[in-house]
Amino acid sequence: METIQQVKIVERTTEDYKSDTKPTWCPGCGDFGVLNAVYSSLQMKGKDPKDIVAVSGIGCSSRLPFFMSSYGFHSVHGRAMPVSTGIKVGNPNLELVAFGGDGDGFAIGAGHFVHAARRNLNICYVIMDNNIYGLTKGQASPTSDVGFVTKTTPRGSQDVPLNPLMLALSMGATYVARAFSGKPKELADMILKGMEHPGFAVIDVFSPCPTFNKVNTFKYYRDEAIDLPSDHDNTNYFQALERAANHDPYYLGVIYENKDKPSFEDHVFAKVATELQTPEQVLTDLFKKFS
Amino acid sequence: MVAIAERPTEEQTLESRHSIIIRFGGESGEGVKSTGELLTQVAARAGFEVLTFQTYPAEIKGGHSIYQVRLSSEQLYTEGDRLDVLLAFNQEGYDKSYEELSADGLLLFDEGNVTDFHYPQQGKRHVALPLTRLAKEELKFELGKNVVGVGMLSGLFGFDVEPINRLITEKFTRKGEDVVAKNKKAFEVGYRYIEEIFPDRVNYHIQTPTTQRADTIIVGGNQNLSMGALAGRCTHIFGYPITPASDILEFLAAELPKVGGVAIQAEDEIASMGMVLGASYTGRRAMTCTSGPGLSLMVEMLGLSGMAELPAVIVNVQRAGPSTGMPTKHEQGDLNMAVYAGHGEVPRIVLAPVSVDDCFWRAIDAFNLAEAYQVPVILLSDTVLAVRTESITRPDLSKIKIVPRLTFDPQDSLNGKNGETLNPNQNANTDVSATGNASESGSIDNSATGGTPGATPEVIANIAGSELGQAANMQNDAKKVNDGEGDEVDLEIAARRGYELYQRYAITENGVSPMSIPGQAGGQYTSTGLEHNEFSRPRYDVASHTKMTDKRARKLAAAVKEAPAPYRVGDPTAEIGVLTWGSTAGVAHEAMDMAAKLGIKVDVIAPRMIWPIPTAQLDDFIASKRVVIIPECNYAGQFANLLNTHYRRDFVRINVYGGAPIRSSEILAEIQKANDQH
Repeated sequence: METIQQVKIVERTTEDYKSDTKPTWCPGCGDFGVLNAVYSSLQMKGKDPKDIVAVSGIGCSSRLPFFMSSYGFHSVHGRAMPVSTGIKVGNPNLELVAFGGDGDGFAIGAGHFVHAARRNLNICYVIMDNNIYGLTKGQASPTSDVGFVTKTTPRGSQDVPLNPLMLALSMGATYVARAFSGKPKELADMILKGMEHPGFAVIDVFSPCPTFNKVNTFKYYRDEAIDLPSDHDNTNYFQALERAANHDPYYLGVIYENKDKPSFEDHVFAKVATELQTPEQVLTDLFKKFS
Repeated sequence: MVAIAERPTEEQTLESRHSIIIRFGGESGEGVKSTGELLTQVAARAGFEVLTFQTYPAEIKGGHSIYQVRLSSEQLYTEGDRLDVLLAFNQEGYDKSYEELSADGLLLFDEGNVTDFHYPQQGKRHVALPLTRLAKEELKFELGKNVVGVGMLSGLFGFDVEPINRLITEKFTRKGEDVVAKNKKAFEVGYRYIEEIFPDRVNYHIQTPTTQRADTIIVGGNQNLSMGALAGRCTHIFGYPITPASDILEFLAAELPKVGGVAIQAEDEIASMGMVLGASYTGRRAMTCTSGPGLSLMVEMLGLSGMAELPAVIVNVQRAGPSTGMPTKHEQGDLNMAVYAGHGEVPRIVLAPVSVDDCFWRAIDAFNLAEAYQVPVILLSDTVLAVRTESITRPDLSKIKIVPRLTFDPQDSLNGKNGETLNPNQNANTDVSATGNASESGSIDNSATGGTPGATPEVIANIAGSELGQAANMQNDAKKVNDGEGDEVDLEIAARRGYELYQRYAITENGVSPMSIPGQAGGQYTSTGLEHNEFSRPRYDVASHTKMTDKRARKLAAAVKEAPAPYRVGDPTAEIGVLTWGSTAGVAHEAMDMAAKLGIKVDVIAPRMIWPIPTAQLDDFIASKRVVIIPECNYAGQFANLLNTHYRRDFVRINVYGGAPIRSSEILAEIQKANDQH
C-alpha cells in the first residue's frame, strides 16, 4: 500500500557514508576509485545511511561494505545475489547496492547472477572486474583473456572469457553499463542512475589489480576502453548486445536501459493479499478444511 | 438411505476388534489414493481414529502405489504391522502386499484383475469384488468405482451410514445435485453388495469408540508442520522443490500471502538459504524446507548463519540416502549431518517432532528458538510423518506462545548500555512450547525504519557531540577499537562518530546480543562470516576468536534449558527403557503397549531437542534403567552414537535401514529379550 511519506531533506556529505574502517586494499588498487565513486553517488542520492544495505560476496572488492557507514552484509563466495533477494523481499524499501568481483560474480556466482537478472531484482550491482582473483593471490578468472598466464594456468587460460554485459542483457537485466575506475565521475553517475533504476542494474567496472595482474592495467584500459559513440541508442536491445560484445575497443557507458519492466519486488508484493488476515484467522479456515 | 442390519452386540462379534488395518494396492493413478483418502474421511466421520501410510513410485506415471488406512476406536501411534484387509486393484497389488496380510486376513480384489494367486493361501480368505462391473454396468458410472469400494468396506466394517451420506453431500454438492445422488447410489450399491455376500461381516466390525475426540482434523505431517510455521509467525519461505518436502513450500505459497507473507521458489537450495539469511537480516522470521540432498547443499550457509548469528529455520524432511538415495522411502539418516555439518564449529539447534501433531508445535518452537538465540534451527521430520495423515485434535490456538528476537534499542547505546547490562533473560521464555498467552497479530510492517522508538539521526548526531556521547565514545578509544588483529580503524573518523556505539555482538551472560534491523538509526554494522569483534569488525587474533567462540557456545547452553519437554510414556519405574527420536517414538509407544499386555513394564522417552543434548531430561533415565534400547531407522545408530559422546553406557541398539519404518514387533522382540535376561 502506498503511503505518502514526508521526506526530510538532510544535507549529507561523502563523509557521512564512510565508515571508520581503513580500506584493506593495496595502494594503487582500482577499487579505491570505485569506493570514491560509491561515496559520491550516495551523497548525490542523499539517502540516510540507515536505509542503505551494501551486500557482497567474498574477495578483495567484496570488502567494500565494511568501508561504508550503512548496513552491510558480507556473505559467502558467489552468493551476494540470493542474499540481496532475501533482503529486498524482507524489506523492499531498503536501498540495496551489491558489490563483488569477477570471480565471485561470474564463476561461483554465475548461476545466481542469471536468476537475479531474470527476476529483474531491483538492486544496483557493481562488479569490480580486474580479470583475476586478487585475494587468493593471482589465479585466472572467468573474465581473464585467452592466454592469460597464472599459477593455475601456467600454459595460459584457454576458456572463452565470459562477457558480463552480454550475459546480463540476454538474461533480462534492464540497466546494463560498463565503467572504469580510472573515470570515477562517470562511474558515480552510473551508480546513481543504477540505484534509481527500477529493476536490475549491472555495472561492470574495470578495476585493475596492480599487485597480480600485469596485463589488464590502468594503462591497458585507458587504451582499450572508450566511451560509447554519441549515436548509441541505449533503448535498442540488439544494438546494446552488439556494443556489449565488442572488446576492441570496450565501450564505456550505459549500454542498455529499460525502465518499463516490472521488478521482482513488484511481482512478489502484488501477490500479497490486499486484506490481510492474522495467522489465527488463516489457521481457523484451514482447520475447517481439514475436518 | 440404505437399510442395514442392526449393529452387532458384544456376543455377536467373534473378536472385539479395536482396530483394523486395510491396505489398497494398485497402479498409481488408478484410484488407490482417492479410495484411500475417501475411506479415511469416512472412517473419521464415523467417529474412528485414523492413521494412514502411503508409498509412491519414484516415477511420475505408472508404477505401484499403496495407501494404507488404520482405523481404531483407540488412539493410534503407528500404521500397524500385519494387514487385516488387502484390497488389490490389480495383480501387482496382490504380488507386492499379500505376504503382509495376517494369517487370518482378508484379500479383496477387483474381480478379473487378479488371476495369479501364487502365494500359499493358508488361513487367508479371498473374496472377489465386482468393483468395475458394478460401477460400469449397473451404475453406468465408471468413475464411481472408488465410491463403490468405499461403500463395500463401510458395510464390512460396520460404519454408520448417516454421517457418510452427509460427507458425500458435502464433498460433491458444488458439482451439482445429480453428482451427489450418483455418488450416494454408488456407495449404497457397494454397501448392499457386502450385506448380500458377507453374512459374517460382523467379524470385521470395529467397536465404536467409547469417547469421541472433539474437534478432529485429519491432516498430514507436512501440512501440520506448515500450519505450525504460520502459527510460529513465519512470514517468508524460500525453497526448492524436493521429495518429500515440496508440499511445505506449496502449502505456504498458498497461505503466506494471506498474512502478508512471501513464498519464493529459488533456483537451488544454496540460493534458498541465502535468501533466508537475507530476509532474516531484515528482521523477518524466515524458513526453508528441504530433504537430505538439499541440506547437504545448504551446509555452507548453515555456517554463515551460525557465525553471523542470523536466525534461520531449516526443515529437513529426511528420506533414505545417501546421495539421491530413495526419494520416497523412510530413513532417519540425517541426524549426524544436522548435528555436525559445517566446517569449523557451527552453533545450531536440532529439533525432531515425534508425531503428526507434534509437527505443529515443534515448528513454532523452531522459530522461537531461532529468534531467541539467533541460531539456525534444523527441524528434522521424516518421510513417515510427511506423508502420513492422522486424526488429531485441532491445535488449540490459544496455547501458542511467540518469542520475539532481542532487538536493538538505539536508546540503550546512547545510555552506554551495549547489551552488557541488559537483562539477559529479556524476551526469553523458559517454556517455548505450547502454553500461555494469546498470540500477537502477524501483519508485516514494510516501513524502512523498523519502527523502533527513540533516537532519530539528529538525536544521535547531537548526543554524539554531547557530554554523554563523549563519555560513551570513551568506550571506543584506541585501545578498544583497534583491539586485536584485523581491520584497522581510522581513529580520526571514529572520534567523530556516534553510531559506532552499537555492538552487534555485545558479550552478554547468555551469549545473546541485541540485534539491529536495517532501517534503525544507529544500528549499522556489516554482518559477516569472518570472525569478528563486538562491533562486527573482522578480527583474527586469539583473544577475539576465543571470546566469540565462547559466546556462541554459551547461547546453546542457555537454549538447552528451554528444550521442549520430551515425549514420555509408559511406566517410569520400569527397568527396561526405550529411548528414541522422531517418528520411531510412536512405534516405541505401541511396543510398550504390547509389552504391557504381556505383563512387561517399559518406560519410553523421546527427546524433542536432539542438539544440544538435553542431558537434564535424560540423565536419570540413562543412569537408572537396567537396559536402554535405542531403535532407529539408520545403519550406524546415529542417535545412540551421539548419546555416547556424553554418556558412558552401552545401549541395546535396533537398527533398521531398508527404507521401511521399523515395526513395533521388532522393538517388542528386544523388550522381551531384555525381560528374559532378568
